[in-house]
Amino acid sequence: MRARFIASEVGIGLRRNLTLTVAVVITVAISLALLGVGLLANSQVGVMKDYWYNKIEVSVFLCGTLSESPSCSGGPVTAAQRDSIQADLKALPVVETVYYESQAQAFSRFKERFKGSSITANVTQDQLPESFRVKLKDPKQFAVVQSAFAGRPGVDSVQDQRAVLEKFFSLIGVLRDGALAIGLISVLTAALLISNTLRIAAFNRRRETGVMRLVGASSFSIQLPFILEGVIASIFGWMIATGLLAALKTLIDHRVAPLLTFTKFFGWPAVWQASSYLFITGFLVSSIASMLTLRKYLRV
Amino acid sequence: MIRLENVSKVYPRQERPALDDVTLEIAKGEFVFLVGQSGSGKSTFLRLILKEERPTSGTIYVAGKELNSLSQWKVPELRRQIGTVFQDFRLLPNKTVTENVAFAMHVLGASTKEIRRAVPEVIELVGLEGYGQRRPNQLSGGEQQRVAIARAFVNQPIILIADEPTGNLDPTTSVGIMKLLDRINRTGTTVIMATHDSGIVDQMRKRVIELDAGSVVRDQVRGVYGYSG
Repeated sequence: MRARFIASEVGIGLRRNLTLTVAVVITVAISLALLGVGLLANSQVGVMKDYWYNKIEVSVFLCGTLSESPSCSGGPVTAAQRDSIQADLKALPVVETVYYESQAQAFSRFKERFKGSSITANVTQDQLPESFRVKLKDPKQFAVVQSAFAGRPGVDSVQDQRAVLEKFFSLIGVLRDGALAIGLISVLTAALLISNTLRIAAFNRRRETGVMRLVGASSFSIQLPFILEGVIASIFGWMIATGLLAALKTLIDHRVAPLLTFTKFFGWPAVWQASSYLFITGFLVSSIASMLTLRKYLRV
Repeated sequence: MIRLENVSKVYPRQERPALDDVTLEIAKGEFVFLVGQSGSGKSTFLRLILKEERPTSGTIYVAGKELNSLSQWKVPELRRQIGTVFQDFRLLPNKTVTENVAFAMHVLGASTKEIRRAVPEVIELVGLEGYGQRRPNQLSGGEQQRVAIARAFVNQPIILIADEPTGNLDPTTSVGIMKLLDRINRTGTTVIMATHDSGIVDQMRKRVIELDAGSVVRDQVRGVYGYSG
């Protein structure tokens, strides 16, 4: 039948051009895998934002004995100041919950965090500031709290944990952009390689295509086996790329995640989603590269 | 079947036209020899009929179609009605005789059933029964040309174009090929054969069109080759 004939022609073409086919498969695999790493880094930023933004808080530190900011010129915070700050915080619409951390609680948390370190021996309870821990409905609304409370008598400073995380996210962002950029460049390389491979394939099979032309085969049926060759090679490449991403995910789960317990990592759905984007990319790039090449080198 | 009206063809960067104001008509079922020296315009004539080239001026009708206005994507349809045979056979070396002939049907989307029926029939017609599983390099020149004719004929074209089909063959083998072409002609297929072989032309006594420097200088029913050389 027709499909079987095309399949056998494609098979002959792929085998006759085996080394170049292998080169195409490897190039496509590597370039798609790099793109995939970029996509996964992107999902990782998303996962971390979701994870952390639910946990991050704004800390309103109150004046203690060691505070030096101008708003603390009146000495440590008074009970009246503390009560009015708490009331005003709760009254803010962007605030979800507020809880108070006393010097004693801060000290025990400090000891917990630096357990076994000699630093705990040099710190006393009254050196640590008391504070309000504020959870916002939307973590991005930090500026509202900042403008309302910074500089107010009794408030030493207002700190946003998000600022620390943003630095980390921008680091991952650089990684993501780098992987995407290198991935895109190597996808271009793969496209050029596919184009050259097909040029050679068209030259190798000029007898066959000559006969096809003579007996009146349509240009589509002459070009189809070549296009399929490019597309099939890149599908093999895509399968390898997906395998590499799955390997990366397994590696992270088994080797990295146990070490970095403070955060969550992207899940398998992110891998499959990246893989499906890669499939679309591979398919489009290989079929467009094939068609452009054949239009030039397989005139009918 | 084929009509040329004031057809001229000048190739780019050449002063002398390859065809110069040619007007002629070939009827359905005719057998026509196209003779003339190398460079007289025979190949250009054949290429124009296949729409591999466009005329510089003039109009060409093939099988009821006016070629100038035939869109490029309909050219394959035109070529399906024309079988073509060349001096160098142009067989696919890694396919058997059967596969070579079947290839012409496969690429037009014929079903396996049609192919199984038509291919042995046409192989028998060209006198190669029992040779189906051989490859071109196991065949003599004459046998290879028979395969090429089978391939050109298997899709039942209404016109068969043969460009020097006996050019690489010895006289005895050539006679066999001519008998085969004559037989195909008798099925109603129009045959146009470009040739240098005066012996064959003189023997067959068919219509002869002679080209010289792109012009028709002779058009004879039951003609002979004409000049010695």
